[in-house]
This record gives sequence, structure tokens and C-alpha cells, in this order.
Amino acid sequence: MMKIDFSGLDASVPLCGNTDELCNEISTEQKFELPTAADFDGFQREAVQMVKPAKGTTTLAFIFKEGVMVAADSRASMGGYISSQTVKKIIEINPYMLGTMAGGAADCQFWHRNLGVKCRLHELANKRRISVTGASKLLANILYSYRGMGLSVGTMIAGWDETGPGLYYVDSEGGRLKGTRFSVGSGSPYAYGVLDSGYRFDMSVEEGAELARRAIYHATFRDGASGGVASVYHVGPNGWKKLSGDDVGELHYLYYPVEPASVEQEMTEVSGS
Amino acid sequence: MESVFGLVGKDFAIVVADSSAVHSILVHKTNEDKIMLLDSHKLMGASGETGDRAQFTEYIQKNVALYQFRNGIPLTTAAAANFTRGELATALRKNPYMVNIILAGYDKDIGPSVYFIDYIASLHKVDKAAFGYGSYFALSMMDRHYRKDMTVEEAVDLVDKVIIEIRSRLVVAPPNFVIKIVDKDGAREYAWRESIKDALVPAV
Repeated sequence: MMKIDFSGLDASVPLCGNTDELCNEISTEQKFELPTAADFDGFQREAVQMVKPAKGTTTLAFIFKEGVMVAADSRASMGGYISSQTVKKIIEINPYMLGTMAGGAADCQFWHRNLGVKCRLHELANKRRISVTGASKLLANILYSYRGMGLSVGTMIAGWDETGPGLYYVDSEGGRLKGTRFSVGSGSPYAYGVLDSGYRFDMSVEEGAELARRAIYHATFRDGASGGVASVYHVGPNGWKKLSGDDVGELHYLYYPVEPASVEQEMTEVSGS
Repeated sequence: MESVFGLVGKDFAIVVADSSAVHSILVHKTNEDKIMLLDSHKLMGASGETGDRAQFTEYIQKNVALYQFRNGIPLTTAAAANFTRGELATALRKNPYMVNIILAGYDKDIGPSVYFIDYIASLHKVDKAAFGYGSYFALSMMDRHYRKDMTVEEAVDLVDKVIIEIRSRLVVAPPNFVIKIVDKDGAREYAWRESIKDALVPAV
């Protein structure tokens, strides 16, 4: 019997367990798998959304005359449970570059540490420091290569290099944006409001720090997933320096001291009872 | 949703894109340039997921440059469009790129051309094209007012009409747009249409 030559086609796994000739002819039918989902275009994104933890945090950074100001809260939450109030969300990549953490803590810490390693290797190989542009591109490319696999990273890379202050926003979808003002996390809309209205390019370091601290405070006040300690860092031409770390509860009474409240309604004796 | 549109004129092609970088309800940036210069005479305006948009268009740009290095001559617009579509098609059934592209170019013997390439790798050579929610307004307006062999002034006038319509009718309208043009003298930025200016610091 003449056998049809299927050698040109990819043989898929045979339907039956044994490999007799009849089975071989049936099994070599060309097909590709379609996902068993209702939404063909969006099912992959849905799968990622399922594993993606919400970015419960507030971080912000902005460039101004004196360099870059970076600030973050310190709360970690798992749904409605506050698992920690003392998380370090500003990661020191190297003495002149900082990264902020939003999203999965492990993802952020690991990949920032990995970025620090790559930056150091760049310095050794090229005898000069890596630029903020280069460092952020390295991180963005790594995160992009893992896209769709459930990494959750929303970070800002802030630093001072030969071209001056630099600030990039990088996330796990592979996005990378160069800018002068960013805020990331669930509390970011609140922070943006305070930051945008109070921002001036020619602020002093103290004014910039106060703006950053205030913006974090207001975000922690309204956002349940943000809180703890508002840390503020400054990146200048000589590297970064931690400026302050204030408990936001204490900041509240600093900004809005308790005043004796006027009595709204008083219970009075009904006369003539 | 990001709006990109483009059209062919007398001996030029024009591509317009909005310039907001958006994340759910937040606008991170209002001066993001989404139209990439592929080479001296090609423009690629892209809309879609941020990571895919930036990475895929850069990938195409570097491969177009590589071809020129290897062969000493640049790719034609048609060849670049087909290459782009091929890359999208190959990745489609494994790890699709969620990017919609309008590719415009000028070739010496052919003149200007615009190609419509969507995220599921369809390719069409067209006179006018648009993507995003803005396309609902752009396509009908371009259908109504477009003529073959428009001058630059007429084309930019039509573009401005479309931008005004998008700004006034779209509920989440992007405030700023960038216009780029390609003709025999090359591909270059033509103008920005800004209604919100980002920070005073020289940003991008």
C-alpha cells in the first residue's frame, strides 16, 4: 500500500498510546491550539490580572533645581490586613541612584538588587558610572522580557549622572517614561494633587522635602493601603542622602493640631418638667 | 485610549498621535512622543500597551537600521511595512504585541505612502488611517474632507480640525498631540498641539 508522505508536516502527539501505522496517519493532521476562553484577545491579560497584587502604596519623586526628591510611605497590606508598617520602599541601588518600590515587594527588591549588580559591572567594564537612562533601560528590558508572567513592579529610578538629575518611571508591563514628576501606587492620585499644586522648579531642598513629605502624608490620610512612616530622600550631585522619616500619625497632629472643638449640640435640661 | 491617525498628501505623508502616557485614571505624562523615526524617510506612529509600543517600535527601528548597514541601501516603505507585519504575525499566536501602527514613508520613485498595521497583523496600504477612540471622529472627518494631492497647509488644517473634534467630543480626550511629516527632504517633527504644558524643566 502506498503511504502518503507526511514528512513535511510536524507530527503532533498520536491520539492513541501505541504507535501502529494507522494511528500515525490519523495523528499527523496539522492544527494549532486555540485557547478555550470566551475573550480571545484579552484572556492572557485576564490571567495576569488574577495573579497581580494591587500596588498598595504611595511613592513619589520629582526633579527640581537642586536635584531629585524621592519619598515613600512604609505600609505593606494584604487585603484588609496591615502586615507591616516599617517596609523600606526606597531602595539604594548605588550611592547615587535610588529606586522606589510599588507592587510586589520581592519583585522590586530582587530586581533592584540585580540592577545594582549590573550597574556595578558596567562601571567596571567601562570605567565610568552608568547613566540613569542606561540603568532604567536595563531594568525596563529585563521586566519586558518577563511580561505576561505575573511580575508586579512599579518603580521609579532616580539619580544624578553626568547630564544632571534623571528620573524614569519603569513598570512590569515594560513601560518606561522619562519625566520630571511621578507618583506610583494606590495613593498616587492623592499625592499628585498635592504635589502638582505645590510644585515649583526653583524650590530649595527644605521646601522640596516639605512638599514631598506633605504629599505622602495626604495620600496616607486618604488611602487605606498607605501609611506608616513618610521617608524623604534627596539625590544631589554627590549622591543621595536620607533627609527624614516621620510617622504620618505624628505628622497629622503637626499639620492639624488639636483645637478644643466647639460644642455642636448641648443637652439641656428641659425647663419646667 | 490612544489616538493615532495619518494621511497621504501631494508629495508628503503626515502622522499625528496624542502624547499622553496614561495608567488607569492617572496621566503620568502629557508630552510622550509616540511617533518614532524609523529612518531618514519613515515614520512609525504606534498606539497600544506602553511596554509593547516602545519596545516593538524600537525593535523594528533597529532592524531597519541593521538592514541598511548590511546592504548599504535603506528599505523601501513597503518592505518595512511587510517586515513589521511579519513580526507581529509570528508573535501573534504565542505572545502577541498589543500595538497598532501607522507607518508612513517617502520613497524616491514611488512617492509618499501610508500603511495601516493593526495588532492582529493586518496590513493595508491606504490614503488615510486612524486608531483608537479618536478614530471614530478622525475617520469620518477624513473621509469627508480628504482629497487626493492635498497641500501641507490643507492637510494640517484637516489635522487641526480632527484634533479639535477629538478634544471637544471624547470624554477622556488627550490634551496634547504631536504632528510629524515625511517628504522628499526626510522625516521630521512638524508641530505640537498643546493645551496643557508639562513642567517648565526641559523634560524629554
